[in-house]
Amino acid sequence: MSGLNQRLHTAGHRRDLFWVAAIVHRVSGILLACFLPIHFLVLGLAIERTAALDGFLKWTELPAVKIAEAGLVFLLAVHLLGGIRVLLIENLTWRPSQKRLATAAIGTAGVVALLFFLRAL
Amino acid sequence: MTLRLYLLQRLTAALMVPLIVGHLATIIYATHHGVSAAEILGRTRGSLGWALFYGLFVLLAAMHASIGVRSVAADWTSLRGRPLTILMWGFGVLLLLLGARAIYAVVAS
Repeated sequence: MSGLNQRLHTAGHRRDLFWVAAIVHRVSGILLACFLPIHFLVLGLAIERTAALDGFLKWTELPAVKIAEAGLVFLLAVHLLGGIRVLLIENLTWRPSQKRLATAAIGTAGVVALLFFLRAL
Repeated sequence: MTLRLYLLQRLTAALMVPLIVGHLATIIYATHHGVSAAEILGRTRGSLGWALFYGLFVLLAAMHASIGVRSVAADWTSLRGRPLTILMWGFGVLLLLLGARAIYAVVAS
């Protein structure tokens, strides 16, 4: 394969819906892995005193923090749905409808995040 | 990734599906009713059910996340061999310890 053809091939797969779904799954996983230790540390505040946890929770009332929280719920939902997609693809017979499933997964995650955000406001 | 890690990654993912759905439902429910320390601790303190739910969740998440971090590091960095193993175990143990502390804080403290 010539260099040009190889570059075209490399660029082409990035437009594939499956590639997009895989990269979204990976990036959401990395961000959740970064968030988890912070999440556990905040809950650990309750050991010291309830007021410390309440102080942090008051901070989460800020609009910018609420948007970030909605983002985290979105990440969790999108990683869950992306993971279900991976399990289905690996364990069931491959079907063309799986591309539609990937798109539906992202869309559903968006709706869940939006629902959380609207309820939190 | 070795076959054993690959299978463990898939197994922990499958087992976490109902736990994540439950966690998301709890987040939405709790947010709707206003989140406060009293509300969270009132639900969790002294509850064996929540302790078991989140204990299993933390264990599975620590395994799943540490294997995932190893995979990403292997694909996107120059780390190979022992450093990858140390990264995986280090991150997994960190999550387990912090998660256990968090569960103790909201259930038993």
